[in-house]
This record gives sequence, C-alpha cells and structure tokens, in this order.
Amino acid sequence: MIDVAIIGTGVCGAAVARELSKYRDLQIVCLEKDTDVANGTSKANSGIVHAGYDPKPGTLMAKYNVKGNAMIRQLAKDLDIPYRQNGSLVVAFDDEDMKTVQALYQRGLENGVPDLSVIDAQEVRRLEPNINPDIKGALYAKSAGVISPWELAIAQMEVAVQNGVEVRLETEVTGISLCGDHFEVTVKTNQGTEVLETKFVVNAAGVHSEEVCSYISKPNFHIVPNKGQYYLLDKTQGALVERVIFQCPSKVGKGVLVSPTAHGNLIVGPDAVDVDNAEDVSTTAQQLAFVRNTAARTCNKINYRESIRNFAGVRAQGTVDEFIVGTVPETDRFINIANIKSPGLTSSPAIAVDVVSMMGEAGLPLKEKDDYVKTRQIVRFRELDEAGKQRIIEKDPRYGRVICRCETITEGEIVAAIHAPIGARTVDGVKRRCNAGMGRCQGGFCSPRVLDIICRETGLKPEEIRKDKAGSNILIGQTPKGQDKASV
Amino acid sequence: MKKELICIVCPQGCRLTVEEKDGSYQVSGNTCKRGEAYGINEMTAPRRVITTTVKLEGGRCPRLPVKTRTDVPKELIFDCMAKINQVTVKAPVKMGDVVLADVMGTGVDVIATRDM
Amino acid sequence: MLTYDLVVIGGGPAGLAAAYSAYENGVKNILIIERDDVTGGILNQCIHNGFGLHYFKEELTGPEYAQRFEDMVKGTTVEVMTQTMVLGITPQKQIYAVNSQKGYLTIGAKAIVLSMGCRERTRGAIAIPGDRPAGVFTAGTAQRYLNMEGYMVGKRVVILGSGDIGLIMARRMTLEGAKVLAVVEIMPYSNGLNRNIVQCLNDYDIPLYLSHTVTNIKGQGRLEEITVSEVDENRTPIPGTEMKFDCDTLLLSVGLIPENELTKSAGIQIDPRSNGAVVYDDMQTSVEGVFACGNVLHVHDLVDFVTAESMKAGKFAARYVLEQYQHSGETTAVKQGDCVSYTVPQQIDLQAGEETTDVFFRVNRVIKGGTITLTAEDGTVLLSRKKAHLLPAEMEKINLKKDLLKGHETVTLSVNC
Repeated sequence: MIDVAIIGTGVCGAAVARELSKYRDLQIVCLEKDTDVANGTSKANSGIVHAGYDPKPGTLMAKYNVKGNAMIRQLAKDLDIPYRQNGSLVVAFDDEDMKTVQALYQRGLENGVPDLSVIDAQEVRRLEPNINPDIKGALYAKSAGVISPWELAIAQMEVAVQNGVEVRLETEVTGISLCGDHFEVTVKTNQGTEVLETKFVVNAAGVHSEEVCSYISKPNFHIVPNKGQYYLLDKTQGALVERVIFQCPSKVGKGVLVSPTAHGNLIVGPDAVDVDNAEDVSTTAQQLAFVRNTAARTCNKINYRESIRNFAGVRAQGTVDEFIVGTVPETDRFINIANIKSPGLTSSPAIAVDVVSMMGEAGLPLKEKDDYVKTRQIVRFRELDEAGKQRIIEKDPRYGRVICRCETITEGEIVAAIHAPIGARTVDGVKRRCNAGMGRCQGGFCSPRVLDIICRETGLKPEEIRKDKAGSNILIGQTPKGQDKASV
Repeated sequence: MKKELICIVCPQGCRLTVEEKDGSYQVSGNTCKRGEAYGINEMTAPRRVITTTVKLEGGRCPRLPVKTRTDVPKELIFDCMAKINQVTVKAPVKMGDVVLADVMGTGVDVIATRDM
Repeated sequence: MLTYDLVVIGGGPAGLAAAYSAYENGVKNILIIERDDVTGGILNQCIHNGFGLHYFKEELTGPEYAQRFEDMVKGTTVEVMTQTMVLGITPQKQIYAVNSQKGYLTIGAKAIVLSMGCRERTRGAIAIPGDRPAGVFTAGTAQRYLNMEGYMVGKRVVILGSGDIGLIMARRMTLEGAKVLAVVEIMPYSNGLNRNIVQCLNDYDIPLYLSHTVTNIKGQGRLEEITVSEVDENRTPIPGTEMKFDCDTLLLSVGLIPENELTKSAGIQIDPRSNGAVVYDDMQTSVEGVFACGNVLHVHDLVDFVTAESMKAGKFAARYVLEQYQHSGETTAVKQGDCVSYTVPQQIDLQAGEETTDVFFRVNRVIKGGTITLTAEDGTVLLSRKKAHLLPAEMEKINLKKDLLKGHETVTLSVNC
C-alpha cells in the first residue's frame, strides 16, 4: 500500500514530494501523465519569484507568496537552481497608474512584503536606463527575483527521488475511488491499466486538477485554462533591463512584463486569453503582436530580430480568485492543490509545507529521517573558473567536449542529465536539465549529437528518441541503404 | 521551336535559348562550350549527376557520400538510386574508389567522394 | 602556454584555405582549431555537386572539395586540433579553448584568422506561430541527419525558404523516398541559385510558391499540418489565401547568420549590415593581427569565393607574422548606397596590400538592367558598370584599382535601377 500518491509533477507536486521525503517509512509515489516532470504550466511561464504585493491581504495567495518568496531563496541555494534576486518594478505611465502603485505598496505592507518602496521617475531611469523615459514612477520590490521554473520542479523532484520517492512518468490517472481507509487509483500506461492502492492522495494536477478532484468530490472550483504567449530573446538582449519590469494592472489587462531570465535571456510577455483546451500551447501571430506592442510601452529598444523562441503556457486558473489548498468534505486524506495561478510558482514551497502538515493532522505519521539528503549540486561547466574547468576535465574527459556551442554545454553535463535521479530521456528533457539547445541556434547544431548521446547512454534506438511529448519522435527511421545485406 | 532554359552546368546559371531547326539545335545565351552542350542535351537526352550516400560499415559515419562519376540519363535517376541503395561499403575507403560499377548499364561508375 | 605564429579558428573551407595559404606564404608554425571530429566543416554534409569550378576548374561535391583541401593541408606543417572548442579570444590574441585530451588550454598567437562559419536562422527568429511539435528542422540539421547519420527526418515535407540549402534538401529528401509537397518563399523571387531551381525542383515537379509563407503549425507530438498563406508586398499574410498541407516535416531554409560571438569577445568591430567583422581589403579586422574570412565574415553563395577570400586572409596573416606588416593609415571607407545591403571590405588601405581589390556586395532587391556605381563624397562618379541581372541571392563583386580612391575618405557603392 502506497502512503501518498501525488498526482502531477509540476512545481507543486515536486514541492510536496520533496517536503514529504524528509520523513521516514513512507512510500510516496508521484504519478505523471507526461514524458517528463514539470512539463506543463511549470515549464512555460514567466519564471518570476514575486514579492507578494499583488494578492489581496488575508488570502492564501498573499500568505503563501510572501512565505514562498523567502523559501525559494534558500531552495535555490540548497538545490543549485538558477535564480537571481534582481528585484521588480511596477512602472506607472500616468497619474492613474501612480494611484495603483500606491495601492500595491499599501497592500504589500499589509502582506508583510520586505524592502518595498515607491520611487520617482528619476530613480526609475537611474535604475533602468533602457526603459521608456516617460514614466511617472514605480513600485520597487527588492525581494522579487527570477528563477528557472522547470529547474525548481526538477531539482526538488530529484532530491525527493534521492530520498526514496518514486516517480512514474507516462502514467495517467483515469479514476480514483475512496474505499474505506484507502483509495484506489486507476492509472493508464503504455502497458495497460493498473490499480494502485494509497492511503493519501495529493491532487497537484494543474490544469487537470478539477477533473482529478471530481473523481472523489464535487469540485468547489472551476478551471478555465488561460493561455499566455511569450518571446524569449538572445542573451544579447538579456541586459536590456536589470529587474523584472511590470506594467500596472488596469481594466485593459495586467500588462506584459519585460525581464531578464535566470539564464540571462530576455523574456517578454505574457498576454492572457482563455482557451478551451488545457493542452493548447500554440502561439498566434495576433497575440504575439499584442505582446510586442504592449511591451513597447515599457521598453522600445527590444530587438526582436534577436528572438530565439516563442512559447505559450496555460495557467491553471479558475473562476475563483484564490488558491484552493485543502481537503474535501468526503475525506481529509484527499488534498487539493488547485487553482494555482500566479503567484503559484513562488508560493509552491510554502503550499507544500501546509499540505504536508494537513496530512499529518489526518494521520500520516511524520517521523523525520536522520539521513535526509537536503542538497543537490550539478556541474555547470561554463560557470567554472579556469582551474575548475581543468580539474573537471581531468576527472572526466567528457567535460572537455563541448556539445552545445551556444550555451557551452559539455558532453559530461548531458550525460549527467541523462543519469540524474529522474534522467532525461528526451532532447527537450536534456535541455531543461542542462541547457543544451537553449541558445540562439535552438539545438540546430547540438540536437543530433544530444540524440546520439541519449541513445548511447540509454540503449534506445535513434528513432525512439522523442523531442518532448508522446509521439514527438524526431527521426522516422534509417535512410533506405544497404538493402542487399538486409535482405540476406 | 524555341525554348528558354537555365543552364545548370555551373552556378552562374546562364539563361539559354535553344532553337530547333530541322533536327539541329542552335544555343544562344551561353557563355561557355559546356553550356552549349547542356542546351542541346537538355532538348534531346537530359542527363544529371546523382549525388547520394551508401551504407558504410566500420567508418566514422554510418553513411559514405558517393556520386556518379559523370552524368547519367535523367530518366534513370530513380532506378540508379534503387541500385545504389543496395550497396554496403566497408571502411576504409578512399575518395574516388568505385563503390558500384556501371550503374544500370549506363557505363557510369558510382564513386566515393570522401575518405572514410 | 602554447604559442603559434598563426592560429586559425575553425577548420571548414575558410580555415583550411587560410591556413594553407599562410603556409604557402612562409609561415610554418600554424594551428587550426576545429570543434568537430574532422575538418571540412559544413562541406561534409553538402554531398551535392557544384563546388570547385572556379578554384579547381572541375565540378566537385562538398566532401570532395573538403578532402582536396584537407589533403593539401596534410602535406604541410600545419597542425590540426579537432574536437576542441574555443571559449574566448582576447584583443591581445590569447585564445582559450578546451578539449578532452588536454583540458583547458591557453594559446598565444602572433596572428589569428577567424573562420567560424555561420549558423541557420531558426523558427524562433522568424516567429512562426502555432504548436511546437517535433518535425520542424532547420534544413542544415536535417541535412546532417540524412547525409551523415543516415536518418530520415520525415516522409511528407514542406520547405520554407528557397535558399540553396532548402532547394538541395528538396531534391535529397525526394531521392531518399520522401514526398516534398512544396517549397514556400516569402519573397517574390527565389533566394537560391537558378540552377538549383531547375535541377532540384523542376526536375522533380516540386512546386515553388513565391510570395507565400507558413502562417501556422499544427501537431501535438509530431507535426501534422501546416498552413501556408500568400503575402502582400509588405510580406503580411493575406487572409483568405490559406492552404493547408498535411505533412510531418517542415524544413526551414530562412537565412544564415555569421557566428561572431568569439569575434565580439575580442572586442572586434562588427558591421550590423553583414553581421560580420568590419575588415580592410586584406581581411584584417579592427584588431590588428586578427583576420576574418568565409561565412563568419559574410554569408557566401559559393565555396570557391570563400576559398579565394580565405587565401587572401591567409596571405596577409602571413605577411603580418613575417614582415611586421601594418596598415598605412591612408584608407578609404566603402559605404553602401541605394539598393546595396552591405559591402566587404568596408575599408580599403590605399598603400598596403594589393594594387587592386575586389569589393563584394549584395543588392537588396531584384534588379533587371542596373548600373553599379562608385561615387565620391562630392557625387563624382569614380566607376560605373552595367549589369543585366542582379539578385539578392547572388553575391556581386567589382574590382577596383586603388589609384581610383586616392584622396577620398569615403566612397559609396550603389546600384541604380
């Protein structure tokens, strides 16, 4: 019997898994329908660690945001996750906006946001010389930052796995029933269906959380997937702004942000459009134009010729303006983490702490391990100094072979990503773990080599290697050569 | 009969005019002799060089680049490909080595285009 | 620290020719640094023919052209270090590199030739909207899979961009059994050589849609469908002209970008028009003793021209090493005027170097019956040549006697149409 089944391996599922893995004698299983962890909303968002002035005081969002912000700082350090506390500005273009800035400032104080101030136009221009000069002022939040969102999830999941948690990929939950003191969870895999018995269920299924909840309880929330589209630009544009630059939320919309990413690129976006299909992450010419035009209010120096990628993510947003974190009326052993929209990424570690204590109250024995592995470290070759580079190549010559030219990622790092606790099996999986293929040529040069290395390390055939999702095979087979021999 | 052609003999891509009169052909627009020959050939019996690969065993790549030493009749391209696709070559191989002699009875050999 | 008289960064056709030429001109202590397993660069996957007519006076395939140069270099004292990645260059001509055998290397050089080549523009650079399935490749990546690794990337193919790589891949995919449904070009003219339209598209009845582009991509796992729309004169898609193609593969041949990240790291001045270094007519960059040639300098159509340019870079790099050769200070800047998108070189030294120089340029539109003119600051026409056809896809050149430029700080090259 499983003790806790966690459905979904985004930032919330991963945070709960890591939090739970601190305790001994628990069998914890994470169920993920996709080919990799963190492959939904968690991999396609702005990657912002919000300060916490935005949510209404007294909400779970406000509480978890401010708490999560501080936790992420420590997590990034412990788990070696690309993160930068670069601060954020909410810029005001007119007097109306300045009123909003003041209101956000007051809200931030109420929420307990540290290092918050309202600054004048001159100070904004001094801090951010490249943004448009005709601004009135801004809210400056020093505690805000940027993080690699998928690495926040992957790193936590890796730590969880090292501490005994099991992750089952390509395992889709198709039904759950409450059977007295346990649940029966039906899962579908490429091997067929299987029924798992578990004492607790954590529903961290993101855009699918309503459906998962409905197996056990009539949901008190309704998810309306909401899509946001982005531009990701070359690192040549990454220093255009130093901080996360938000526009004031207004009747017209939330505005779009312009920000460096934790990896040093520039990100511009998102828009916000409700969609019918939660898996629809397509981009559209119209909305990308909207993103560009709206961002131009903040900064008109963005060179879109340096764009390296467009992407879209779907927010697991609901009709209620609040996170849903808690048990259902039918049982206190089924816990929803739903409606996790912005600031969900920032809030996730704080949510996990509460979720675990809820399970404790419901009878899950929480006895701390003596041998809990708290930290994770990975080699980032290009960040090493000369001597460090020399040392690592001497230890393992594969670190001397640069595979991804644009990001200077070595064979050693790619092999490490493949043999990590949740090893990459796809080309994009490698990209998310070590950045190979994330640069300006978008894998043009390195993807054949990465594919080759995955085959060598896993024994998979080239035509079995996928770009990312199910069915995303890169090659369809060998060229029809040497047929004489094949027929003999 | 008059036909406008683009010469493919070299990257210059001269615009040729080929005029047929009583079975003989007059080429204009060419800047070299090979262009004239191309113009006439193209009207009577067009030919192409095939460049492709064959299976290579024991080399640094699983494929060896090859070509027909000279051009072959255009209508035989796919038949020649079928023959070439049957070939397997073992490394080492030298540029210029014949990997398939007299492909499709054209009298043209298929040769390796790289040491491997 | 290792030291060499000349270090050539990149062992493709440009690097091989530059090293060979420097050797022929008297420098013996030369190192080529190549990141791949072998030299030859992109030629290794360009298995088609059409190379070498200018330089070798015979038609060769890419691998043959590479092999010839490799063999020429093998007969010299030039050292080749493969599987070695250069991480940085300083203006003092120190090179930082890594490989598996020697680890982290610091290499000193009296002169450097930059010949790193170029990369392909990607989907992201042109913001094609839609899903992001597998099956969307740059043409060069697909070419590597097909010609070197021996793998098919798909069965039903649409190609965006009618540059030469796109056209060549249309034929290659067809010969290997795939169905190429269309080649789509946003401009009203093709960006490839005419001969390639004939022998890669017409020969196989592959339709070419000019003034069209891809406006949507559909597919969850693998590519399933693309939408192609006609564009107006501003390259904006025209609603109502959508055509759907049921395909599993989209190849992108939408331009090449010189790879100048190392060039920038050395503080070398870049020309935003060519995306390459600003060079003098001896191929020397703004940093003394650092030369650039081949596709890292500007994207060429023909490897033969890369060779010629690189031979020149090698020759002057040799003179720089052997003779303390320096620029005279009497220079003329070449600016681009009407219809010209860039020129190489951008600076001409009237004293040093050769008595005449080629100026390479591209026009930015199709011109029928144009006049190439070189004018002085005061509008005086210094030189004028008529040309029947000028195409953006085909690099043009004029040869100048340097005497012509005496007394002019800047001259402007334009094409009147």
